[in-house]
Amino acid sequence: MSEPVWQRGDLLGVAELSRTEILHVLDTAESFVEVAARPIKKVPTLRGKTVINLFFEPSTRTSSSFEIAEKRLSADNINFSTSSSSLSKGETLLDTARNLEAMSPDLVVIRHAHPRVPHALAARLASGVINAGDGAHEHPTQALLDAFTIRRRKGRVEGLKIAIVGDVAHSRVVRSNVLCLTRLGAEVTVAGPRTMMPEEPESLGARVVYSLEEAIEGADVVMMLRVQLERQARVAFPSEREYFEFFGLTAERLRRAQDDAIIMHPGPINRGIEIASEVADGPWSVILEQVANGVAVRMAVLYLLAGAKSGEDGVP
Amino acid sequence: MNGSLAIRGGRVVDPTQELDGPADVLIENGRVSACGPGLEMPENVREVDAAGLVVAPGLIDMHVHLREPGQEYKETIGTGTRAAAAGGFTAVACMPNTDPVNDDPALTEFMLKQAERAGWARVYPIAAVSRGLEGRELTEFGAQRRAGAVAVSDDGRPVWSAALMRQALRYARHFDLPVIQHAEELALSGDGVMHEGRFSTRLGVEGIPGAADDVMVSRDVLLTADTGGRYHLAHMSTARSLDLIRAARADGHRVTCEVSAHHLLLTDEDVFDSGLDPNFKMHPPLRSAADRDALVEGLADGSVDAIASDHAPHHPDEKELDFVASPNGIVGLETTLSLCLDRLVRKGVIDLARLVDLLSTAPARILRVPGGSLAPGSPGDVTLIDLEREVEVDPATFRSRSRNTPFVGWKLRGAPAGTVVGGRVIELP
Repeated sequence: MSEPVWQRGDLLGVAELSRTEILHVLDTAESFVEVAARPIKKVPTLRGKTVINLFFEPSTRTSSSFEIAEKRLSADNINFSTSSSSLSKGETLLDTARNLEAMSPDLVVIRHAHPRVPHALAARLASGVINAGDGAHEHPTQALLDAFTIRRRKGRVEGLKIAIVGDVAHSRVVRSNVLCLTRLGAEVTVAGPRTMMPEEPESLGARVVYSLEEAIEGADVVMMLRVQLERQARVAFPSEREYFEFFGLTAERLRRAQDDAIIMHPGPINRGIEIASEVADGPWSVILEQVANGVAVRMAVLYLLAGAKSGEDGVP
Repeated sequence: MNGSLAIRGGRVVDPTQELDGPADVLIENGRVSACGPGLEMPENVREVDAAGLVVAPGLIDMHVHLREPGQEYKETIGTGTRAAAAGGFTAVACMPNTDPVNDDPALTEFMLKQAERAGWARVYPIAAVSRGLEGRELTEFGAQRRAGAVAVSDDGRPVWSAALMRQALRYARHFDLPVIQHAEELALSGDGVMHEGRFSTRLGVEGIPGAADDVMVSRDVLLTADTGGRYHLAHMSTARSLDLIRAARADGHRVTCEVSAHHLLLTDEDVFDSGLDPNFKMHPPLRSAADRDALVEGLADGSVDAIASDHAPHHPDEKELDFVASPNGIVGLETTLSLCLDRLVRKGVIDLARLVDLLSTAPARILRVPGGSLAPGSPGDVTLIDLEREVEVDPATFRSRSRNTPFVGWKLRGAPAGTVVGGRVIELP
């Protein structure tokens, strides 16, 4: 018997995943898609397993998606968020880890505003850790669900021209997606205003341009990033209308992309800022498919990690 | 005889006498009375056999944080000066960002008293430029000078107000005090925690651009020119800052600069490779390889005046926070000399005489304190160095109360072999 493809106990970033591992997650997710269509949306795969969702930063979408995925797998889950958690910012990583360990979880899902906190906790924890977003560093399950959505729609990722546009400097979505999509053979271009670009953006591993038009020319996939209104001071761009004027995706601009291009967005969308409503609601949009696929991909990740930790294998 | 010592058979390296060769040093009444080959020693003087060792004027670390008063859980004047002695330093200049801040001569007097009680090394307090380090009102430079302060600085923070900096440079001239600046334009450093460049980009970490330092250095150079004051740039970290210092010096302005060992040996790539280990977090941050190379070049061509450790102890619990949340700074008193001997002298970047200049003669000159020389009349402060001894950096062996170093496990050749302060051999337990 050959070695199982998946042997990881943690999912911390796309950076450490091979192409084979990424494809294995996507293939596994395929088998979980139909669970959502069942009258009883539940499989016994993680019965008796405890999953802690530890969100040090507010999140509705990602935390709900994980929670649904866990419940559909029959795991016992509990949610800590900054408002309800006694695990506070001033606590050392070792104390946080010890407190979690005392509850004997099988998996811990961590979202934190600071980069590499999930990595640091994983090194101190026996249980498996899933990074649900660490600062502007990585968001691996988002990248996996995006790749999954692209593959389902396009039948492949390899060779596709993919544009990612917006606040590249502060986006964990862009970092994980560039790593994931290039590893799967796509040609990725990132674009945004210069005030929202990090230093030496080429080091992310994608082509870099500074205009929306140039980025989406001939693109098969256009991924728009949320403009972080709550995070961005006015120094990054002068006004929302100016952003929309130069970097907003309109139906008019979209003509530059392939006729069958799909439009993606990690959500929540800012209508009339980075994306026009006609585009978000139009036939090109797969934004809601991303949300649905997110549950299946997270079920796959939870399943693979729980299996790796307990040494079990097999398909549900 | 008290305070008398004969150091025989060593290789004396003293840039002030252009001396590098076999010589003996005689210290009487706490001061060097003779220095030269084959000295005839008086009877009944304690002898130190320095065969196989380098005998240098006592090393002076012009930039350390001793944390006392107020943060004794990180370090005390006692533990910090013992770490200094273990690291080959006979004197340290300590920054005023204690709690309370050293913005009053009573604090300087207290620090000197504590140093005297400890007896491991000389301590030269640096007084605050502004009350409470708040950057608004000047402190009493004159009274501080009289109490024993050797410089003024708001280190840990920049003197951000150009108006206050201008007045500080002017006023310090009355007392011949250098104004030591932590050059950082806060509006540019923002929430940054590491050097802004390709590695902060890949990590999605808020960056501190080199321009944050350079903009402030540029302003300060103009103010130095305007006032005729004496300006010393602390922990210089970028190529452009070095260029600004070079140009100001060429124009005849009184500017000096120091570089810390970690900025000469590490870069932002090391921060990345460490996986954001908090022991690689300091301010200014570890910069790009190009910056590091420029600083190393500045050592060799004489543009850099001094090397300092910027010894910044933090409790292990504080460095057990994540990278963003943990405090800035690393300890350096017990690693700086070996790092410089192995990575700079042994590699041929600079020679030993230049290292002694950087670690002893230049700091003494900048701070106007006695020492930095073994010429007769100098204080009997000596550092003995074993160029062949191999050491491995192990924080468990540190005399400092803190352990925060990025150099864990580094194997280095060349190490301190003892210190003498005022003719007294410092015996470490």
